[in-house]
Amino acid sequence: MYTTDMYEGMLAETTTLRGHDGDVINAYLARPLGAGPFPGVVLIHHLPGWDEWYREAARRFAHHGYVSISPNLYFRSGHGDPEDVAAMVRAEGGVPDDQAMGDVEGSMKHLRSLPYVNGRVGVIGTCSGGRHTVLAASRIEGFDAAVDCWGGNVVMEKAALTHAQPVAPIDYTGGLSCPLLGLFGEDDDSPTPDQVAMHERELKRHGKSYEFHMYPDAGHGFFYYQRPSYRPEQAMDGWARIFRFFGEHLAASV
Amino acid sequence: MCTMIVERAGISGSGKGVDGWFPVSRVNVSFDHPTHAPLDHALNIDFVNEAQGPGARVAVELSSESGLALAHAIQTALQRAGVTPADAG
Repeated sequence: MYTTDMYEGMLAETTTLRGHDGDVINAYLARPLGAGPFPGVVLIHHLPGWDEWYREAARRFAHHGYVSISPNLYFRSGHGDPEDVAAMVRAEGGVPDDQAMGDVEGSMKHLRSLPYVNGRVGVIGTCSGGRHTVLAASRIEGFDAAVDCWGGNVVMEKAALTHAQPVAPIDYTGGLSCPLLGLFGEDDDSPTPDQVAMHERELKRHGKSYEFHMYPDAGHGFFYYQRPSYRPEQAMDGWARIFRFFGEHLAASV
Repeated sequence: MCTMIVERAGISGSGKGVDGWFPVSRVNVSFDHPTHAPLDHALNIDFVNEAQGPGARVAVELSSESGLALAHAIQTALQRAGVTPADAG
């Protein structure tokens, strides 16, 4: 717990890492100053892009004692204003799942290579990043905890599958290799409460460790303070649950 | 952006962005979460020139009612100018 007589500092900067197919991509890394060791967290940004909210979230995790890294999943689409890059990716139907997983795995390995990381790494994402989080925790070995914040399209109709997103994340549930925390809003239409319930049934069927919370009077993106969707009470409770969950699963003594 | 609803079309003309006018070669129309408009979902229209990079974009984010009004206004204006669907290249 932070007290007012403590020294506190952090380092936050752009860095690079090797992602899918060994490609070099950039990433934003934030960490507390000191030898640590600290737990690590990979932050998977949403479809609106590798934006300021994710930089802030990375620093928030560092403030809470985590080494956090947010890879730029849109690195290959060019550079400019994050909104313009995101619009380009949106027009392309999003990034291919395999490519995103390669970048997320590269980020996890990058964290594990750092001398001040305690050997335990979580993953979290919102919106499309929540979907990618479910995929990562199910397809990639090496995560110790995962947090899906309102990830849409975890449940997908066959007609919605594409070359870039060929398999619905729910179909990988058997491979989920770490505990999963899910935060959702009752008023969301992607994922709908019914889709969340379907995912939950699948997790139960496979005997997976999970914890889902469905917030009333909240829709999609209720953490985003800059949007009308912001719900302060639900968001603060959600953040508290995230830090409790990661605290439980990523501490060095686990 | 979770609906992933997007329609693309090749176009020709010019758009005015932050750095002035540039030729537009494509329009991307999506119905998804907007960046700025205070809506859960919006009709997002991007006039772009992909060859000039992500910044070559003129963007609007409209309510669905506004999108319908825009579509109607476009059709009406073209109709008054004597342009018919048969004129599409």
